[in-house]
Amino acid sequence: MTTPAVQLENISKRFGSVIANAHVTMDIRHGEILSLLGENGSGKTTLMNMLSGVYHPDEGTILINGEKASINAPKDAYQYGIGMVHQHFKLVDLFTAYENIVLGLPVKKGERKEQNEEKIRQICENYGFEIDLEKKVYDMTVSEKQTLEIMKVLYRGADILILDEPTAVLTPQETDRLFEVLRNMRADGKAIVIITHKLHEVLEISDRVAILRKGEFVGCIPTAEATPQILTERMVGKKVELQIERPLPQSPELRLRVRHLNVISEYGLPVLHDVSFDVYSGEILGIAGISGCGQKELLESIAGLQKTETGSEVTFFPAGNGTDTPLIGLSPRQIKKLGISLSFVPEDRLGMGLVGSMGMVDNMMLKNYDECSSFFTNRRTPRELAEKVMIDLDIVTPGVFTPVRRLSGGNVQKVLVGREIASAPSVLMTAYAVRGLDINTSYTIYHLLNEQKMKGVAVIYVGEDLDVLLALSDRILVLCEGQVNAVLDGRTATKEQVGLYMTHLERKDGNSHGA
Amino acid sequence: MEHKSKAVREPLIRLSRRDVIPLYQAILIRAAAILLALLLGAIFIYSISGLNPLSVYQSMFEGTFKTTRRMWDALKDTAILLMIGIALAPAFKMRFWNIGAEGQVLFGCLASAAVMIYGGERFGVNLPSGVVILLCLIASVVAGALWGVIPALFKAKWKTNETLFTLMMNYIAIQLAAYAVSVWEYPYGSNSVGVINSGSHIGWLPTLFGQNYGFDVLIAVLCMVLMYVYLRYTKHGYEISVVGESENTARYAGISIRKVFLRTMLISGAVCGLAGFMIVNGTSHTVSSAVVDNRGFTAIIVAWLAKFNTFIMAAIAFLLVFLDKGASQIATDCQLNTHASEIVSGIILFFIIGCEFFVQYKVSVSLPFLKKKN
Amino acid sequence: MDRILMLIQAAVTFGTVILYGSLGEILTEKSGHLNLGVPGIMYIGGISGLAGAYFYESAGEPIAFVSMLISLLAALAGSALAGLLYSFLTVTLRANQNVTGLTLTIFGAGVANFYGASLMKLAGGVGQISVSVTSSAYRATIPFLRNIPVLSTLLFRYGWLVYVAVVIAFVMHHFIYKTRTGLNLRAVGENPATADAVGIRVTRYKYLATCIGSAVCGLGGLFYVMDYTKGTWANDGTIERLGWLAVALVIFSIWRPRNAIWGAYLFGFLYWMYMYISGLSRGSQELFKMLPYVVTLMVLIFVSLRKKRETQAPSSLGLSYFREDR
Repeated sequence: MTTPAVQLENISKRFGSVIANAHVTMDIRHGEILSLLGENGSGKTTLMNMLSGVYHPDEGTILINGEKASINAPKDAYQYGIGMVHQHFKLVDLFTAYENIVLGLPVKKGERKEQNEEKIRQICENYGFEIDLEKKVYDMTVSEKQTLEIMKVLYRGADILILDEPTAVLTPQETDRLFEVLRNMRADGKAIVIITHKLHEVLEISDRVAILRKGEFVGCIPTAEATPQILTERMVGKKVELQIERPLPQSPELRLRVRHLNVISEYGLPVLHDVSFDVYSGEILGIAGISGCGQKELLESIAGLQKTETGSEVTFFPAGNGTDTPLIGLSPRQIKKLGISLSFVPEDRLGMGLVGSMGMVDNMMLKNYDECSSFFTNRRTPRELAEKVMIDLDIVTPGVFTPVRRLSGGNVQKVLVGREIASAPSVLMTAYAVRGLDINTSYTIYHLLNEQKMKGVAVIYVGEDLDVLLALSDRILVLCEGQVNAVLDGRTATKEQVGLYMTHLERKDGNSHGA
Repeated sequence: MEHKSKAVREPLIRLSRRDVIPLYQAILIRAAAILLALLLGAIFIYSISGLNPLSVYQSMFEGTFKTTRRMWDALKDTAILLMIGIALAPAFKMRFWNIGAEGQVLFGCLASAAVMIYGGERFGVNLPSGVVILLCLIASVVAGALWGVIPALFKAKWKTNETLFTLMMNYIAIQLAAYAVSVWEYPYGSNSVGVINSGSHIGWLPTLFGQNYGFDVLIAVLCMVLMYVYLRYTKHGYEISVVGESENTARYAGISIRKVFLRTMLISGAVCGLAGFMIVNGTSHTVSSAVVDNRGFTAIIVAWLAKFNTFIMAAIAFLLVFLDKGASQIATDCQLNTHASEIVSGIILFFIIGCEFFVQYKVSVSLPFLKKKN
Repeated sequence: MDRILMLIQAAVTFGTVILYGSLGEILTEKSGHLNLGVPGIMYIGGISGLAGAYFYESAGEPIAFVSMLISLLAALAGSALAGLLYSFLTVTLRANQNVTGLTLTIFGAGVANFYGASLMKLAGGVGQISVSVTSSAYRATIPFLRNIPVLSTLLFRYGWLVYVAVVIAFVMHHFIYKTRTGLNLRAVGENPATADAVGIRVTRYKYLATCIGSAVCGLGGLFYVMDYTKGTWANDGTIERLGWLAVALVIFSIWRPRNAIWGAYLFGFLYWMYMYISGLSRGSQELFKMLPYVVTLMVLIFVSLRKKRETQAPSSLGLSYFREDR
């Protein structure tokens, strides 16, 4: 057997009191695609970051091609032929594609730009990429940026490639193209690691699967011998119920009507175009779409956080026989003053939904701190609420005054969801509510959403995992390029159907609303 | 791809962010830093004067504590420096880099001086002193607030960089002051305003506790407590924290960022203006383009080091004033020039600034020959 | 005509002081560090140069060229050391840049004025200190070219540091925008995590940019002492004001060294204009001196109105970088 490209021996890394990796021993081989599987927070990215020089292990040794290696900086990693494509792209927005590719490389004597461009074109041809070298990164789409990242790594001659959740931001078609490229690289003898938590991708692309659980290495199995059940079991440590319950909606009534919603981005591009749909009480409306096709703006328009174009309408219909209220143009505070309780769990938890440096108590009062008439803040009620939420949702925290930034991702999300549910909403909007959460917490969240649904709340669930969307939603609205491409019945729709609507816009101008 | 074979080496020094640090350790680190700084200061003084550093530090101590008058003088300077620090606290907490305190205080000084001059003896108006003081107070607060709110307006509307904006506003204010001095010049040809109402003392703050500077100290102590409460226990303070942490969160919570920016900078500027009132009516009784004497900048350091806690600000402000007085005293005793004090203050500040790193990060040194074999 | 020529001369001389300060600060800011210690560094550069020249000259029989060299090296070394102190605090110890910079300004002014006053005492009193030999070496002009009418007054009657400033500006512009190292430097200032990920030694870049930048700032102080005030010293705070003007000029030139050249002269022009407009009261003269700051403010506002990505400050300006931050 040939020497593995990389051998990790007894690698440990901790951040403060959190153990990210404990005694990991595994290897990565040339001419093979290895999936690194694990729940979020299981230490996959940290482990790979130690290979790419972002972190340095506290303990353990790394062997590259059989030789002991010391990787103290990303530069060292490149010298060992290791290249990593991070989940959050590491590109300089202000630079062109070309500038980003050559950034940081030493200038060879007599080097000419034309030669470099020729080399890039060669790589493009080999793997079937397309890159506009003079385009600035801030003008690029997500997929273009990823291509650029991979190009950067290849241009540097890497033969050990690490990709951190490369498909999270891609359409199914783009994913297929990426996988094709990866297979070509494997044929070239490159060692490839793909970090992911999507089981079907693991099974489709990889040769072996390495599994991490809570920072520890639990084993490596050939993909041919793996099944989703085996992988899930080893990943989470015990058998979990993959079924999500979906009770039938109880006497749904119209709660929210959106008509001709148009949003133009900061840079003058249309983000939402003539979006119309209805939301009913007692149901979960799933919203599917590839990332960045208007989900964020859609929710924020309803919440009063997004500037909309004239002609856009969002109307709220209260339960019972109240009068309908137009919401467009109102600020979140004005909406609240009308007695309408809109809850919103935004995608960016610590950057939008919560204040990271504050404890649970101060975070509980974020949206209603100004309800009392006093000049001073009242912390008694929020404190009681914080303690209740902590117990109800099983939140692990040293105390209700500990800054929420110090909590784990799952607990942060529970704080946020707990607060939003506590305000007894009539509409509950969630964006990527389970992103980054482990399976148990995810199920807690699904359960909470179903509970709200049964209470007659109109729930809007923006998600990225199609399996979950199909299992949880009563109806699924598919966005494509900022337009409503389809509204499907969650009980009958298939994954392929949704995937197709996500990527192929069928222009049905204006008649796509309603169930 | 060619592989350079590298000598296997571990980094000698590794850093990690601390989660929490026990209070006593934090205090220990800071105390050690100040001690080191004093030691270095002593070496510096010894190297230029050849005097026994201990006796030098004794005269340093005497610079503040030898007489009651000196103590009150130090208290007055502390009060003014603290006042400007207090003014900056809400702005900094909001992550609004107001480095324009110098200009805001100066603008307050100008407004107050204008009232004193036009309401005082020079033009024969001779309003009652109490009325003038009240008008001065209002004028300086309004002027400071005005000067402070301009950059906030631009930041709120167009996200104009406030650090650079407020910096420019300082020098515009200084030139305006130079202009005002030329207009108010008295006596003619002196190139200064002279002591305003030197005969009638109209608009001068009266004595309190039998002290000239009693009111200055009282105002500063009051503002220290009020600002502490304002930031900690009021809705406004809560809003400032949220906006400072994340503008997105503030929008989400329905907080009008523009309103908070404007309101907070109005307050920040107003308190700066009040400091200007304290300078003109309480201590200098005159005005010039240099009357603030860079305290607007020093206060930035005070406010930052105290992490917006106004009580700690008082301690730091006093420390700086003590150093300044002490160094001047040394300079007089040893016939050095007074700029020695700026050097010693600089050294100590560098150490205080630098030591925060050791409070926030853990540094572990691993020396190869000390490493355990495993 | 003569008045205009004189105004231009005054503007160029004045502009050169701040041009140096700005060029140094541009280089530093391109690495993501807002160094508000510019006035302090210019002070240190000035006093180091002066002290070097003074001690050499008072040792007797000074040779102009040697004296020039000594003062030049002293100024470069002194200001680079100040830059090193700033980088140690802000890069290695990750201290707040504004606070560190302001402290450096206090410290630098203290050092310069302390030693300035001590030198004055050594020299026998206020205004007595003079390094005429060195100063005239700095102010020497080219014999043939100085006699062409008008043109020589406009172009050739300056000390050599004036031309060096322009050369540095062009070289720096080329470096920042046309070389790989310049590209790397800009990446450090825009997005240090990205720069780090492609193997750029972020810390080294920050240190070097700050120290070299500071040395360039220091030349401004040296030029001020040797050329502008003709080899004398006064504790009058002028350097500090010029230092802040240099910071303003960085904004005015939207972080481009080439723009800083004409910007510096324009600032000089605006600043001295009052001298050449007859019938101004002293008060209005002070208002005229306000113009450079007002113009900078206008540029700042204009740039923020346009929102063009390329004309903004480096994205990571003012933030410290720690690789392991999550």
